[in-house]
Amino acid sequence: MAIGVTEQQQPGRQVTDAIRVSVPDSGLRQDLRAVNIVWRRELIRFRSDRLRAVTSLVQPVLFLFVLGTGLSSLASHGLPQGIDFKTFIYPGVLAMSVLFTAIFSAASIVWDREFGFLREMLVAPVSRSAIVIGKCLGGATVATFQGIVILALAGLAHVPYDPVLFLIVIGELLLLSFTLTAFGVMMAARIKQIQAFMALTQMLVMPLFFLSGALYPLRGLPGWLTVLTRLDPLTYIVYPMRYAVFSHLTLPSQATELLSPSLTWFGWTVPVGLSLAMVALMGAGLLTIAILEFQKTE
Amino acid sequence: MTEPVILVSDLVKRYGEVEAVRGIGFEVQPGETFGFLGPNGAGKSTTIKILCTLADPTSGTARVAGYDVRKQRDTVRRNIGLVFQDTTLDSYLTGEQNLRFHADLYGVPKAQLAPRMRQVLEMVNLWDRRTAEVATYSGGMKRRLEIARGLLHAPRVLFLDEPTVGLDPQTRSSIWEYINDLKTREDITIFLTTHYMDEAENCDRIAIIDHGKIVAIDTPENLKASIGKDRVQISTSDDQAAIAELTDRFGLDAAMSEGMVTFNVENGEHFVPRLFGGLTAQIRSVSVARPTLDDVFMSYTGKTIRDAEATAGDRNRAHVMAFRRGR
Repeated sequence: MAIGVTEQQQPGRQVTDAIRVSVPDSGLRQDLRAVNIVWRRELIRFRSDRLRAVTSLVQPVLFLFVLGTGLSSLASHGLPQGIDFKTFIYPGVLAMSVLFTAIFSAASIVWDREFGFLREMLVAPVSRSAIVIGKCLGGATVATFQGIVILALAGLAHVPYDPVLFLIVIGELLLLSFTLTAFGVMMAARIKQIQAFMALTQMLVMPLFFLSGALYPLRGLPGWLTVLTRLDPLTYIVYPMRYAVFSHLTLPSQATELLSPSLTWFGWTVPVGLSLAMVALMGAGLLTIAILEFQKTE
Repeated sequence: MTEPVILVSDLVKRYGEVEAVRGIGFEVQPGETFGFLGPNGAGKSTTIKILCTLADPTSGTARVAGYDVRKQRDTVRRNIGLVFQDTTLDSYLTGEQNLRFHADLYGVPKAQLAPRMRQVLEMVNLWDRRTAEVATYSGGMKRRLEIARGLLHAPRVLFLDEPTVGLDPQTRSSIWEYINDLKTREDITIFLTTHYMDEAENCDRIAIIDHGKIVAIDTPENLKASIGKDRVQISTSDDQAAIAELTDRFGLDAAMSEGMVTFNVENGEHFVPRLFGGLTAQIRSVSVARPTLDDVFMSYTGKTIRDAEATAGDRNRAHVMAFRRGR
């Protein structure tokens, strides 16, 4: 099935020493190869961009150690004996560490458009979904790396280095960052200027973060805030992450109930599994929209 | 004649009210260097976009390397190489990484990749710089890397959209050396657009597109011959008398231009000796110029490139109205 130079020689024309390259038909293998290279490019670029790796760690570290330490003297009055405020916000900070990196990874698609490289990808004989999936996987991997760096600091927030806990949290970080990158890529399909993209994501990211329960328990809140927090998609990933962390701490049940309250809808407790499934579904939905957006031809 | 490698017929592309391409047709033979000339906004970029499967035609057909650009998009894509006027390299990657990325997207078999990569990089003289980040390349080097990349998967047609735009004259001519050189090494057809008339001389054949229509298509020599006349400039002791005599005795329409008496005449070299006997004014200097492609463009479009751009919109609108009445 190969379509190559060899078969298509024009009679009477002499090719000198060109290497015979026969390019195969498109198919799943070609698409997988494309997914792989688009993914790897994200990693190569991340590795060469150490500044970005460092700067994107600044914000979570600030929240955890500066805000966390600063507020802990005040918060200690409301916290059960022996519990550090840093431990409480730790899962939220983990979510935050991937939040920014994942969205900025998606921003690279806007950069790619501005610098023309997107065109190189879009004219290739592979399906557009391969490119979008590769991009989302790349963003997810890079963002999860950032999360793992914060995960390495667990001891400083009095969270035990438990392999099972780490595996669960890394899995949740991957899920979160994939969904966020898919969201970013979907936006990047429509927003052509990097400034507009940055402004819009900034505007969205902060409310998402503040409403997610990353910094305070989602219990006993005024009605309007309760509704808003339940509408925030980020809530449904911070909840399982905090649940995982607190189930690996040895605390009196009252303390756990206070700091890691179960998520409720009108009094009904949302199971952790459902919460995760919702995030996964959202990720798949956003990915589909992103692929459809990039499918369009002029 | 062999089967054409590019076959376009009745191609139309409409963007809303504006008809950018208004029913063009042409063929390009294998191994040709085919130049597509025209002012900005004449339909040049739209046509190349359709041929590269980046835009769908409104009507008409286009076949590239034997495949329909609309129905067999991916097959067309595998058989063409593209160099756009704006760079499409990742400047954070090295030259080699850019090529590897391309090879994976186009499915170049891994066993052939290393020798082929070396071959195309050596062809454009970048083998030694392959491990440097593209950000450190000069404008000419980037363009050369893009040409190498476009050739990596051994396409049958290489599309060069304004390959030398934005480069200094020296780099421009060196890019042309590479282009002409690759023709001797690869079994390839080159389709290029340019608005530099002097560069079009490098093409085997050219098409001039204006207001979405092809107004002329032939070899540069034939096109120049078709407008026939040479441009003769003389300076004399009495220019006004000379102009009058040129009109009276030779029936030529002469005028002052650039401080010289200027007129167009067939076979200028053979006409000049007759001048010395025919003019009473003393002739101080003579120059005869063959028509250039600039003259060809002027002759076929009746305008300079700038004038042509200014009125493109009006004409398109007029045409759309006529088209509607016709229906």
